[in-house]
Amino acid sequence: MLNIYFILKYRYYIIFFFAALFSITNLWAETITVCATCSVKTIHEAIQQASEGDTILVKKGVYKEANLKIEKGITLIGEGLPTIDGQEKGEIITIGANNVTLDGFKIINVGVSYTTDYAAVRVVRSEGFTIQNLVLEKLFFGIYLQKSNNGKVLNNTVKGEAVTEFNSGNAIHLWYCSNVEVRGNDVRNVRDGIYLEFSDQITIIDNFSKNNVRYGLHFMFSNNNSVINNRFETNGAGIALMFSKLMEVENNIITKNWGTASYGLLLKEVNDVNLKNNIFKENTVGITVEGSNRLVYANNDFISNGYALRVKGACYDNQIVKNNFLYNSFDISYNGRIHDNIFDNNFWSNYTGYDLDKDGIGDVPYRPVKLFSYIVNRTPEAIILLRSLFIDLIDFSEKVSPVFTPDDLMDENPRMKRIDHDKN
Amino acid sequence: MLKILKYSFYDLMRSRWSYVYFAFYLLLGVVLLFLNNDLSKAVITLMNVIIVLVPLIGTIFGVMYYYNSKEFTELLLAQPLKRSSIFLGQYLGVAISLSMSLILGLGIPFIFYGLFMSNAIWDFSLLLITGTFLTLIFTALAFNIALSNENRIKGFGYAILLWLFLAIIYDGIFLMSLIIFEDYPLDKLSLIGTMLNPIDLSRTLILLKLDISALLGYTGAVFKQFFGTNFGLIISFSALTLWVVLPVLRIAMKAKKKDF
Repeated sequence: MLNIYFILKYRYYIIFFFAALFSITNLWAETITVCATCSVKTIHEAIQQASEGDTILVKKGVYKEANLKIEKGITLIGEGLPTIDGQEKGEIITIGANNVTLDGFKIINVGVSYTTDYAAVRVVRSEGFTIQNLVLEKLFFGIYLQKSNNGKVLNNTVKGEAVTEFNSGNAIHLWYCSNVEVRGNDVRNVRDGIYLEFSDQITIIDNFSKNNVRYGLHFMFSNNNSVINNRFETNGAGIALMFSKLMEVENNIITKNWGTASYGLLLKEVNDVNLKNNIFKENTVGITVEGSNRLVYANNDFISNGYALRVKGACYDNQIVKNNFLYNSFDISYNGRIHDNIFDNNFWSNYTGYDLDKDGIGDVPYRPVKLFSYIVNRTPEAIILLRSLFIDLIDFSEKVSPVFTPDDLMDENPRMKRIDHDKN
Repeated sequence: MLKILKYSFYDLMRSRWSYVYFAFYLLLGVVLLFLNNDLSKAVITLMNVIIVLVPLIGTIFGVMYYYNSKEFTELLLAQPLKRSSIFLGQYLGVAISLSMSLILGLGIPFIFYGLFMSNAIWDFSLLLITGTFLTLIFTALAFNIALSNENRIKGFGYAILLWLFLAIIYDGIFLMSLIIFEDYPLDKLSLIGTMLNPIDLSRTLILLKLDISALLGYTGAVFKQFFGTNFGLIISFSALTLWVVLPVLRIAMKAKKKDF
């Protein structure tokens, strides 16, 4: 009883005392050095010894360690890119505390499992983490963030050896996260370069994603994210946006996604997305879109794609304005005759109209959907007749009097000259 | 045969039409390069022109030349010369002079534009090779028509009809059959269908070399697998050669038996 009275009476002093003690310990945060000749020889040992706020400095060398669990807010820094070799024993580093920093390691040999998603680095229910300058190789999953918020994943290089989808993992995987910055990463040869599921307010900037088996960047049920200044090359598909809304996709370059089911950008059931200033070049399909409403496609360049924009149905109230469509085999492909989207002020390299009043806008509207694209949708083998005189003839007659294509699907104000977009 | 070839060739070299033909291609090349400012884009546009015009000109010119030089041919027939060498010499004279107009007319502006420095050179060479093949094929077909028809009007009519059929109608029928049989796997059918028409064959060959195939998804991939590999390339070139050889053989056969 007395004790409780005592505590109640002096509770402010006690709180102050502990706070002071805490800050002192913080001030005295130690640095533990790990190397082959130091007193501390393994990272595991260093983590055991460290207390909240400490820094562990790992010198150059190879450390054969797996299942490192970080349960306190410490900083791990690698000097001269030390290697942590997981020897395929499963997970390598698991972070389960707030304010952990991981910087400058090469992490290799994550175990592959068909029941557990082993990752090189896993962050579980943590805040304020920073994961940067890592090099991940021979991995299953790379950086796996799980219900973690307010962190950063910066400048990591992930190089996988994925061949098939079912036995490979994702380079950067976010699950139920928010407010994470993913910047400057280089992800190659994995399943999905960057994968987001149920994750909101994520910024994805300046990343480079190449040769991934499935998608360069993959969103599922993730809202309010922005994708800016990234490059996607030769992936199964560049970006796949599915079941998400309120996104910004700007200034990305998506090239050379070639193949049977390859797209530059795959949009499925997404709403209210802004797509601006992106470049889609030499893809089988630039954008394929299905069941997506209120999208704005502005100032994009579609260059030399098989299809620039493939609209598969149930897409309403979209705006396609001020884009350049250059040398695509098909500019737009459309299913069905219902149409409620706006095409305006685009430049079409296939436009053959004239501009008598010299205002830079063609005097006759442009119909971007060719009859041949309908035929190819029905009978894909008919593609072998591409650019044949007969096909040109039927396309021309369809253009003169539309029968199969929606007759109101046209750009009333096609530009005469290519639009120079302001790309800073 | 070489003498007659030489004679026909020089005769044509002196004729106005060869120059017109040459000037046309020269102009076309210059204008395309001037307007496009892009070599690889110009090659695609050029393909559209070559696929349509080369067969047309080859057919018309071949028929015209045969009928025009008929009296001279009859004079030659009175000499101790092999019939096949007379007709093959004439045929080669026409075909070679036409091919030369094509190659020079298109080649000169492109060379001046900097073809050798550009990576479009292979596409361009392929274009010229298929153009030459088309000239050889259609001139041979024209000679066949002319040999079989004494009546000039009829001959011209058949020649135009042949061009119309192979350039346009064939594709229409091809497309219709693809749509009618769309429930069946059509890969092989469409490949065979392409082989049977030299115009389609050349078009597909050029298109696939220009790498559009890679942009065209599943079916493109099937065709690319065929045409993109050396095996497919050899097959399609042998098909083109066959298209030259068979009509030429028929010229020789027909000429042997024909009663003048």
